[in-house]
Amino acid sequence: MSGADLEKLIQLLAKLPGLGPRSARRAALTLLKKREQLMTPLGEAIQAAAASVQDCSVCGNLDTVDPCAVCNDKARDSHTICVVEDVGDLWALERSGAFRGRYHVLGGTLSALDGISPDDLRIASLVRRAHDDGVREIILATSATVEGQATAHYVTDRLASTGVAVSRLGHGVPIGGELDYLDDGTLTAALKSRKTL
Amino acid sequence: MEWLDDAIVLEARAHGETSVVARLLTREHGLHAGLVQGGAGTRGRGVLQPGNRVSAKWRARLSEHLGTYNLELVESHAAKVLDEPLRLAALQSACAVIAAAMPEREPHEPAFHGFSAWLAALPGEAWDAGYVAFELGLLAALGFGLELDRCAATGAREGLTHVSPRTGRAVSEGAAAPFRDRLLPLPGFLIGTGPGDPAAIVDGLALSGHFLARSLFAATHAPLPAARERFIESYRRHAANPATGMP
Repeated sequence: MSGADLEKLIQLLAKLPGLGPRSARRAALTLLKKREQLMTPLGEAIQAAAASVQDCSVCGNLDTVDPCAVCNDKARDSHTICVVEDVGDLWALERSGAFRGRYHVLGGTLSALDGISPDDLRIASLVRRAHDDGVREIILATSATVEGQATAHYVTDRLASTGVAVSRLGHGVPIGGELDYLDDGTLTAALKSRKTL
Repeated sequence: MEWLDDAIVLEARAHGETSVVARLLTREHGLHAGLVQGGAGTRGRGVLQPGNRVSAKWRARLSEHLGTYNLELVESHAAKVLDEPLRLAALQSACAVIAAAMPEREPHEPAFHGFSAWLAALPGEAWDAGYVAFELGLLAALGFGLELDRCAATGAREGLTHVSPRTGRAVSEGAAAPFRDRLLPLPGFLIGTGPGDPAAIVDGLALSGHFLARSLFAATHAPLPAARERFIESYRRHAANPATGMP
């Protein structure tokens, strides 16, 4: 291997999720072999995104416009806000097409281990939105983990004064899941979240 | 080097994209960290929730190495309380206190048994009184136990109402009278003379918190864990407003 530029490219690619040093070398080689079709457009796209993509000042989503396309969409239900941990979770819900309300990205979960306190999350702006926007329901779509649910409970406490209905996603058996293969925790959660038919 | 032990998950920190470094409270090996390969995956994350009881196999070439864990879930304590704010906050608090206060790789079997017993009682009624007892038990296991069975001044075994914040010894009502404002209240449920109502639990949390800070955290100038502060704050709020019920 030679060339400081090439080394730097490989080192930077290796920092991306899913890529280690070996796969970064392969990616760099592919880019170099396809300069016109891939490398130059990718470089331009990265520069353009770095210049134009920003946090939505309303919900925390990433978009080239502020407020973002979701917040600007008049067809969406403005009375319901779905609270997610990260933008990746927002994208997952959008892919499902199951939710047509607005979002609020917290920016993580409360974590003593990582030193994330309530002030580091976008909780105050959520409380403001709950007060201001004629919101009727807030759906807490945090992870079914101790940190995710502790964050959800904290947010619920903070929202208590707003009078807005607060709900959370169901926990339990996944589609296609067989009980025999589920762990005890999921089964416990599923039993607790059972519904009358 | 290889051993198999009962353990309780305290925390798991991401290591790379797929692995985590887990810190466990083990029965025979104390607080012990190790790498869990694939621990960041869907299955691993479910096992590595704080409070979960696991069977842990640790392997390393040399004993001083970090080593790797193979974990098998035995009991999912976390899943039982995910919907219950105060219990979940208490679980986080207990794990954070142990992780911050206990020395690494030093066996403290009574601390393991105390924590296990409290986790088993967590879904039950007296989980909050149990939490105070767990913290006092942790202090005792680490050599800083309180003496709550007799009065430090008179030797009396009856009428104990306060605790000296310096010595950790109980004081009877009469002996405490001149110094009442400088002593910590001794909740009756700790010595079997009163109920474990929310007000008494708040006193108990203040008592254990004082000695945790003084005996275990002061040496490193570290504050009590933020998770404990959040739990106390939530508990106080619910204790002050019983109309909301105790979740």
